[in-house]
Amino acid sequence: MVDKPSDLVQGTLDMLILKTLALESMHGYGIAVRLEQMSKGVFRLNAGSLFVAFQRLQRAGLVRSEWKATENSRRAKYYVLTDQGRKRLNSETREWGRQVAAIARILEAS
Amino acid sequence: MSLLRSLSDGLRSLFRKEQVNRELNEEVNSFLEMAAEEKRKQGMGRKQALRAVRLERGSLEGTKEVVRSAGWESYAETVGRDLYFALRQGRKNPSFALSAVVVLALGMGVSLTIFRFVDAALLQPLPYASPERLMSVNESNAESPRWPLSYPDYLDWQRLNKSFRSLDIYNGSGYLLQTRSGATAVQGERVSGGFFQTLGVRPMLGRDFSPDEDRPGGPNVAILSYGAWLHHFGARRDAVGLTVNLDNAAYTIIGVLPRSFSFARAGAAEFWVPINTLSPHEQMRTFYNFWGIGRLRDGVSAREALAEMSAISKQLQMQFPTSDRSEGASVVPLSEVILGDVRPILLTLLGGAGLLLLIACVNVTSLVLVRSENRRREIAVRGALGASRSRLVRQFATEGLLLAAFGGLSGVIFADWLTKILWRLVPKDMAADMPFLAGVGWNTHTCTFAIAIAWMAAVLFTAAPILRLTSQQPGDGLVNGDRSSANELWQRLGARMVAVELAVAVVLLTGAGLLGQSLYRLLHVPLGFDPDHLASVEVGVSATGTEKNQQTVALYREILRRVSSLPGVESAGISSMVPVQCNCPVDWITFPGRPFHGEHNTVDERHVSADYLTMLKATLVRGRFFTDTEDASKPKVVVINQALAQRYFPGQDPLGQRIADYEGGRRSEREIVGVVADVREGPLDSDIWPAEYFSINETQDPYFSLTVRTRQDAGAMLPLLVSTLHQIDPDLGAFHEMTMKEQIEDTQTALLHHFSAWLVGGFAAMALILGVVGQYGVVAYSVSRRTREIGVRMALGAERRGVVLMIVRQAARMVTLGVVVGLLASLGVSRLMASMLFGVNSYDPLTFVAVAVILAAVALAACYIPARRAARVDPMVALRYE
Repeated sequence: MVDKPSDLVQGTLDMLILKTLALESMHGYGIAVRLEQMSKGVFRLNAGSLFVAFQRLQRAGLVRSEWKATENSRRAKYYVLTDQGRKRLNSETREWGRQVAAIARILEAS
Repeated sequence: MSLLRSLSDGLRSLFRKEQVNRELNEEVNSFLEMAAEEKRKQGMGRKQALRAVRLERGSLEGTKEVVRSAGWESYAETVGRDLYFALRQGRKNPSFALSAVVVLALGMGVSLTIFRFVDAALLQPLPYASPERLMSVNESNAESPRWPLSYPDYLDWQRLNKSFRSLDIYNGSGYLLQTRSGATAVQGERVSGGFFQTLGVRPMLGRDFSPDEDRPGGPNVAILSYGAWLHHFGARRDAVGLTVNLDNAAYTIIGVLPRSFSFARAGAAEFWVPINTLSPHEQMRTFYNFWGIGRLRDGVSAREALAEMSAISKQLQMQFPTSDRSEGASVVPLSEVILGDVRPILLTLLGGAGLLLLIACVNVTSLVLVRSENRRREIAVRGALGASRSRLVRQFATEGLLLAAFGGLSGVIFADWLTKILWRLVPKDMAADMPFLAGVGWNTHTCTFAIAIAWMAAVLFTAAPILRLTSQQPGDGLVNGDRSSANELWQRLGARMVAVELAVAVVLLTGAGLLGQSLYRLLHVPLGFDPDHLASVEVGVSATGTEKNQQTVALYREILRRVSSLPGVESAGISSMVPVQCNCPVDWITFPGRPFHGEHNTVDERHVSADYLTMLKATLVRGRFFTDTEDASKPKVVVINQALAQRYFPGQDPLGQRIADYEGGRRSEREIVGVVADVREGPLDSDIWPAEYFSINETQDPYFSLTVRTRQDAGAMLPLLVSTLHQIDPDLGAFHEMTMKEQIEDTQTALLHHFSAWLVGGFAAMALILGVVGQYGVVAYSVSRRTREIGVRMALGAERRGVVLMIVRQAARMVTLGVVVGLLASLGVSRLMASMLFGVNSYDPLTFVAVAVILAAVALAACYIPARRAARVDPMVALRYE
């Protein structure tokens, strides 16, 4: 189980959050749950690292936020991917693919 | 874009803390609630669910703290809190803050001021195009490494050399400018045609000299300095094309120089005219009257140029063997010639100011240390409450920075004020010779310097307490009972710092002592006349041409008659130049009947009226002075000084002997009729030169000095002298009216000595005060720390005298250390100053002993006061002392 962002590959958390938001805007808990589900329980994030990442992404202009009611009629802050965020997600995904492929080649070679 | 957002977001969380906090709280809370809800769905109780969430996801407060501290604003907030805390510390202890800032302002202000002068003079380039290619090109001979050129030599040098792109000459002169309100004396400068081009300066209005204006017999034209354009022509744009009357000749104005133009060697020259009229003297190859400047061709070094010019000089000597055999050439950078005189003084002052800054920094550092010692408990408490070491270090750094910033800021203000004061002390004439000082001010160099010294101070004030702090365990301060173990270290450190301060004070005091003595010697150098109650004024006669010569002599007589009869005037005299100014103009003499090999027998030449030497109260040694009837029609006679008699007539009676020279290209012989005891004609710090005095009636100079001996205050006579001269002839130019005392004190030699002695003296006084205060502080502090120990000693039977002795003895050790180190350092420093000293040995034992005694006495007195206080302590009170 990964519980600290530093255990994630540097910068991956941001990318994962952007990916999650690419489907639909979502509140913090929703994002955490989605990440957990998609990773089949590998990434279980604590609130601290998640919210620091939100702050960072928001300040970088990659996401914006708005308060909305949840399906359980609770007030929650929803995060929305901006155009800039979408562009960043695309470029990071490509870059990630390249790196993974490269690393895999190196590991297979030995 | 994102930087902007980050900034505005951060600012929002700083200034709308409440709202941001509420939002964060709500968001994190809702997150945790949702997670708990999930758990509850899985069948947990509410409490259990919340606990599980806290374990898995973190607590509300913890999360909020993590988020808050992630942004830059949290760092800014800490810094702000540190600053606030540091300011409050300063407010709580104003005497510390104030004295530290004052001491720093003093040290920084003085060094900044001096550095600004150094920067303006030595670091800023001269205001010409590629100034490093400009050379001062002159002759040299056995007597002087730099000797002016003669006009024929200049022409040949210019024609033959290949090293210089251009070679030009200049020569100072004065004119009487006729204006509607009478004649005024103005400074002029004669230059060869390419002078401004060589410097790379173009007139702001009008044009430069044309080639035909440069040739002998060319038209009378003049280029105005910016100042002359402003003062005499009201900055009129149509000034170009007007004519002015200079020495009864009409000159057409062809240009105006830019405001930024200055040429130190020409002082405040207002009218720049081409050298196209040469006197008979000036056409001679042996009349050396013109200073040269040249611009090196690209790729030619000064050394190569010197080699070439020396070869040319040799070649010319072979061709014209009348000139001196020892003649050579001199090629040095122009900046060397312009700045050579002030460089050693400025560097000495910079050194002094640097030492003062050092003392100030050491002083404040020890204050900071004393304070950190007093705050030991506070720091221990903060440490125990969980402040990390880096947090404490940051606190010290903030305080150090703040102190340095305040000190630096006050230093800058102080420096501005001090610069103005120093400027006011520089007489106008002298300022004109140092135009480069006009650049004193704030620029990249001086600002960098200011920031650098403030930064260094900040580092020092931070590092010192941190080093102290890290040398002790956090627990030490809390236990507190311990007042001795850490104290010892402080005492050793404090003592060493005081020793440094005292050593620096010794160096400055020795420097000041040597310079002060040198100034005293300079002002008490034998003059050979009585300078009291002498008033003099320079006079210019605009009448020119030989037919007026008889009128000139009549004018001398009329002036002397009228002035002598003024009430309060004891006697009056006229001379070509007043004493103590310059070993110039000079004459080369030969002795009829003796073999002559072209050597330069250089003597000062003065033209004087019959009663002039008597009026000065110069002593007649042999023979007689002149009579008023001795003029051009009589056999020529000369009075010589003793130096001339001793050098050229050793063991002989000079009276009746003859000396000869070439006046205006004609050889003339004179009979020696008198010997006068040496009158100091040259500067105060120079050797007495041989001198010859001619009757002024014989030479009829159109420019001369009128000097009177007054019964009362000489200064009060000056206006009367000027008005009397104007009554005699309104067209007479009367200027530079001064008392002889002022004349002497305004000479460059006296001024430079005055300046350096007073400034270094001031530095030394400040250093002494700072050093002694530092000493007092350290002893007083250590005594206050040892109150209990002293109480115990006295309770056990120690006598008061013993206690005083014990403390003084301990202090004496550091005083001795400081004085010894200081004296050793002074030995080195005084050697560097040797060139600035006059009449005093740089190892003058008297100065060294006096400084050591004075400093030791004052420093010991400073520790006697706290020692006495300690001895008066009541043992019972001392024992109860916390």
